[in-house]
Amino acid sequence: MVKVPDTATPTPSFDYAPAPESRAIVDIAPSYGLFVDGQFVDGQGRAFKTINPATEEVLAEIAEASAADVDLAVRAARRAHTRVWSRMAGRERAKYLYRIARIVQERGRELAVLESIDNGKPIRESRDVDVPALAAHFFYYAGWADKLDHAGLGPDPRSLGVAGQVIPWNFPLMMLAWKIAPALAAGNTVVLKPAETTPLTALLFAEICQQADLPAGVVNIVTGAGATGRALVAHPDVDKIAFTGSTDVGKQIARTVAGTSKTVTLELGGKAANIVFDDAPLDQAVEGVVNGIFFNQGHVCCAGSRLLVQESVAEEVLARLKRRMATLRVGDPLDKNTDVGAINSAEQLAKIRQLSDIGEAEGAGRWSPPCDLPATGFWFPPTVFTGVTQAHRIAREEVFGPVLSVLTFRTPAEAVEKANNTPYGLSAGVWTEKGSRILWMANQLRAGTVWANTFNKFDASAPFGGYKESGYGREGGREGLLAYLKGASA
Amino acid sequence: MTTTSSAATGARSGAIDAGRDFADVTGSDASLRRFLHGLPGVDQVGAEARAAVLGTRSIKTSAKAQAIDLAISMVDLTTLEGMDTPGKVRALSAKAMRPDPADQSCPAAAAVCVYADMVATARQVLGDSGVNVAAVATAFPSGRAALGVKLADTRDAVEAGADEIDMVIDRGAFLSGRYLQVFEEIVATREACARPDGRSAHLKVICETGELQTYDNVRRVSWLAMMAGAHFIKTSTGKVQPAATLPVTLVMLEAVRDFREATGQMVGVKPAGGIRTSKDAIKYLVMVNEVAGADWLRPAWFRFGASTLLNDLLMQRTRMRTGRYSGPDYVTLD
Repeated sequence: MVKVPDTATPTPSFDYAPAPESRAIVDIAPSYGLFVDGQFVDGQGRAFKTINPATEEVLAEIAEASAADVDLAVRAARRAHTRVWSRMAGRERAKYLYRIARIVQERGRELAVLESIDNGKPIRESRDVDVPALAAHFFYYAGWADKLDHAGLGPDPRSLGVAGQVIPWNFPLMMLAWKIAPALAAGNTVVLKPAETTPLTALLFAEICQQADLPAGVVNIVTGAGATGRALVAHPDVDKIAFTGSTDVGKQIARTVAGTSKTVTLELGGKAANIVFDDAPLDQAVEGVVNGIFFNQGHVCCAGSRLLVQESVAEEVLARLKRRMATLRVGDPLDKNTDVGAINSAEQLAKIRQLSDIGEAEGAGRWSPPCDLPATGFWFPPTVFTGVTQAHRIAREEVFGPVLSVLTFRTPAEAVEKANNTPYGLSAGVWTEKGSRILWMANQLRAGTVWANTFNKFDASAPFGGYKESGYGREGGREGLLAYLKGASA
Repeated sequence: MTTTSSAATGARSGAIDAGRDFADVTGSDASLRRFLHGLPGVDQVGAEARAAVLGTRSIKTSAKAQAIDLAISMVDLTTLEGMDTPGKVRALSAKAMRPDPADQSCPAAAAVCVYADMVATARQVLGDSGVNVAAVATAFPSGRAALGVKLADTRDAVEAGADEIDMVIDRGAFLSGRYLQVFEEIVATREACARPDGRSAHLKVICETGELQTYDNVRRVSWLAMMAGAHFIKTSTGKVQPAATLPVTLVMLEAVRDFREATGQMVGVKPAGGIRTSKDAIKYLVMVNEVAGADWLRPAWFRFGASTLLNDLLMQRTRMRTGRYSGPDYVTLD
């Protein structure tokens, strides 16, 4: 009995033909202004270009909001708060949020395609994760709008006023939802600045606000880079700052608002440990490790960028991981079969390259599966570093790319020590079939979210936020309302 | 009992040809339990999520045409009804050899799968066409009979000319932890597959995963069957719901992949029951490709146990070639 394939017969191959999602559904204008007081208006500052990171094609010219533009937006938000939104019954606000959620679902494909074009993320993720999460957040917080008195956050919680919100480029729509939905539900109005490299979907969302007849000035969107963000954060008539992004910028924001009456929530970087014990469901653990670091090209603040694996199964897990990585499909973000898309910007690609080169120079073993990367655009192959120690920079610094560092441990106590030995504390993953160990680990790990036998799972009802340099405040869930209410306490 | 234990001894020395020898594992219920329960667990949520993501692959144009032809060549065209007659089996056999009478380029199915008493009829029609005759045996579908009856059932089918035997395991024994009994019955059935000419019918082991229910059990029964010498592991009889599902097949594909890594030997996988559309079949092929690997993308290593699936594949095939959807009146009933 010969039970292996005849070596004379060639291995069959099953090559997936290109399956591109059509771009025809999106209509990108040559240039975009700002969304202020319910209208698209020209900015007073210069313009900048936004490009498709997969092709480097220029998509549109975007107005860069000046300090004067930001001032107009904050004034519009203040007027809308005082005259309309804060005085509106919660159930009426809810109607608008529900309407936005439904329009988001109706225009889901358009949002997903535009998100993939401007950001570089695979259409499978924007279609199956980002856009559904956007709708879910609006549905969820719409439900709270008329129940704030009963949320257990105090007897008569009131809105704060105008919220200045600055979001990153990794999840443009999802971050927009995390910021805008709770703010509006709690009766605040907002001025939101999307990231410089990914402004298009926020502007499409502005169109959806118009379509939903949202009162003018409740949502204002000012596009721009660091200067625009600083003008918004420093504006004296902003009551609350919500920021998601790098720890460096988060520290600057904390300094700027120190001594003012502004309240702040910061959701910053991370260097999460994904901890695999020897009794873990190994196939699913490998899947979780892949999802943890290669989801969204690793541009995820809570990415499981450190794999901590128990020494007794390290070799086996690594072999399975490499085999699985070799099946990842890297390429055109609009191809429905793409698993890993383009790096968002040339600047980010340079950072990832630099840190990876440092990892190699520090003596860690670097491995990537063979993959053909497109000639134009910004690309980085899924990469794993083995033999990494706590002393390596790739084990300590946030790469924010598809780069995994593998470390080993011997005992649960050592796993906890290593997992916590980082300035960050946003998330962690625990893989074991032993329930009691999951609970023990969750108590020991200093991270805002601990996933058990899964990773990168989000839900509108689950609060999210960090320990230590990963920031403060919580977004999502009932706790997410706290950041937008006066006189509220958990 | 004498038969089974001698057969088991035979398997220990003969069933596993290369790589790892499982003699130390398959000696007793206790050692089998230690081994099977020592396999990594399967997390239900994670396995189902992985299967769902693989199900979102978009297979179009040339890849779809390739997948449809491949799927047709992997079909075990099945009729397992009390009302089966020689006429029905002859018709089905003719269809298996030439699924699309109007198109010579359409591949033949892999096999015709019938009850043991219909094997001779199928054999007569199929001859040496290359389409195999598969027979269900061992008191299919429940497996509730004495071992002697099961083996006689198997020998009957083999003597009548079956190329492949689809046996059922004793699920009751498996669920009550009598792993050795299940193991020895598989070994004995495999012995009963032997032909006088020295060649042997291929053995597919039906695990009836719908009754075993947990993915941990699916992984354990897959290893148990492979260690006992199964040529194929098969999900279901088609008589129990749920029959084949994508996550169950995922766990089986992981098992054959890992078994090959451990022993160097390949074992085939056959999901059966409930796969009715081309779209479903293509999802399975994607899973084979990305989980077990392209080596399994051959009728020798992957099969679909199905009856209605073939016609949907044929309709899709015609649509791809002509640009028009022909409808059920343009494919033969059986």
